[in-house]
Amino acid sequence: MKTLLLGTAALALSTGMALAQQDTVRLGTEGAYPPYNFLNDDGEVAGFERELGDELCARAELTCEWVTNEWDSIIPNLQSGNYDVIIAGMSITDERDEVIDFTQPYTQPDPSSFAAMGDVDLEGGVIAAQTGTIQASHVASMDGATLVEFATPEETAAAVRNGEADAVLADKAFLVPLVENSEMQFVGEDVLLGGGIGMGLRDSDDELTEQFDAAIQSMKDDGTLNELIEKWLPESATF
Amino acid sequence: MTTGKHLAFYGSFGTVLLLLAITAPTALMFGLGGAVAARSRIPPLRMIGKTYIAIVRGVPDIAFFLFFVIALDQGIEYLRHQIVCPDWTQPIRQGTEFAVCAAAKTPSGNAPQWMHEVYGFAIAIVTFAIVFGAFAANVLFGAMMAVPKAQLETAAAYGLSRAQTFRRIVVPQMWVYALPGLSNLWMVLIKATPLLFLLGIEDIVYWARELGGTKTPGFTDYPHGDWRMWYFLALLIFYLALTRVSEVVLDRLMTRLTAGQAVAR
Repeated sequence: MKTLLLGTAALALSTGMALAQQDTVRLGTEGAYPPYNFLNDDGEVAGFERELGDELCARAELTCEWVTNEWDSIIPNLQSGNYDVIIAGMSITDERDEVIDFTQPYTQPDPSSFAAMGDVDLEGGVIAAQTGTIQASHVASMDGATLVEFATPEETAAAVRNGEADAVLADKAFLVPLVENSEMQFVGEDVLLGGGIGMGLRDSDDELTEQFDAAIQSMKDDGTLNELIEKWLPESATF
Repeated sequence: MTTGKHLAFYGSFGTVLLLLAITAPTALMFGLGGAVAARSRIPPLRMIGKTYIAIVRGVPDIAFFLFFVIALDQGIEYLRHQIVCPDWTQPIRQGTEFAVCAAAKTPSGNAPQWMHEVYGFAIAIVTFAIVFGAFAANVLFGAMMAVPKAQLETAAAYGLSRAQTFRRIVVPQMWVYALPGLSNLWMVLIKATPLLFLLGIEDIVYWARELGGTKTPGFTDYPHGDWRMWYFLALLIFYLALTRVSEVVLDRLMTRLTAGQAVAR
């Protein structure tokens, strides 16, 4: 028994040293934005980014753990160290790049679409978007349109259904299943926003950023990333 | 109704009850401590007690919750950082980042997720206890004052010391004066539990919102529309039931405590 304990301790120690100080990497996501990330029936994180993140961690030889966090505090909680990586459908923008670091994008700039209950005039209409997203800043910059913000993606769609907003602007991949299964329909033209989706890390975590960068690159090179994109985000362009 | 997610939802009712079960006695201890400090004969102690009551009572709960949880978490990490990594050269605050050495992370970055959840829950309990402790302190302070002077004089006449008087005369009798205030506080505490949601703990409000949200086929085996209203209705009934049961129990307790005492009923 004693040797067994000692053996386990020695093993734990040696693996601990082999992996240096970063053993477990905590991946923070929102868990409310299908198909990118959502909670499945078992209450676990699932979706495009779940499969992608697990694969990236395997390639970078990291042990990863999934954590969910509200969207509006997702950057502050990364900075205060509650988790190490944001992988939550976050598009790379200049404003965000000032406060955190991004890996290279793992999707092309995604089309965002407007969805509404009928034919509405987007000029001068009331448009719902999630707080702190590129879609929200896009609506704010549209002439004549009024922006209403909500904390969760769910609420933006609900606002359109109950008439509070005329249309919702969100990533097309998120809206497609909603449009297929409700009376909502796409209106207007799609818009291309942001510089693709990347993983967000603390400015001080350069080493980890490089590890994930390399892992994403290797998935791009062997085509596995494209397979994942085609499976989960059929509307998006591949690499 | 029996998916893993639903089980987590049912389990979160337990989380709320557990929070109540731990917070109530802890808050009472804080309250007792605060009240004793506030009526202490030693001026600095009295100052501390009164300041505690005044500050916490004067700040809105939500502001205090948002501030205190972050402050407590960073404070613990800062202290551990100073102890564990004395030769760390980089500044802890780098712009908006709060970076302590890996060994000082609380709980450790390698800890399994449940440790993080327990830690978050513990911080929530401490915060609840501090907030509600201040209100309880005020109630108990008043209750101690309300114990009839004649009782204290009689105790002194029998030669009891101040400490003995406090233990044997004041504390047993104060409960009856404190109970209306404390039961009120208990009700407020029950109603304040959804604040857990604000602290990022997956409580019943979190799961009700998550489960009630629109589910489209492809992402779940049980698609449905926007059912949040019904889930929140269930929460409403749960809280009403909880407060109703509390009222009945507290009424009984009041009857028992007042038995044989000369107080207006």
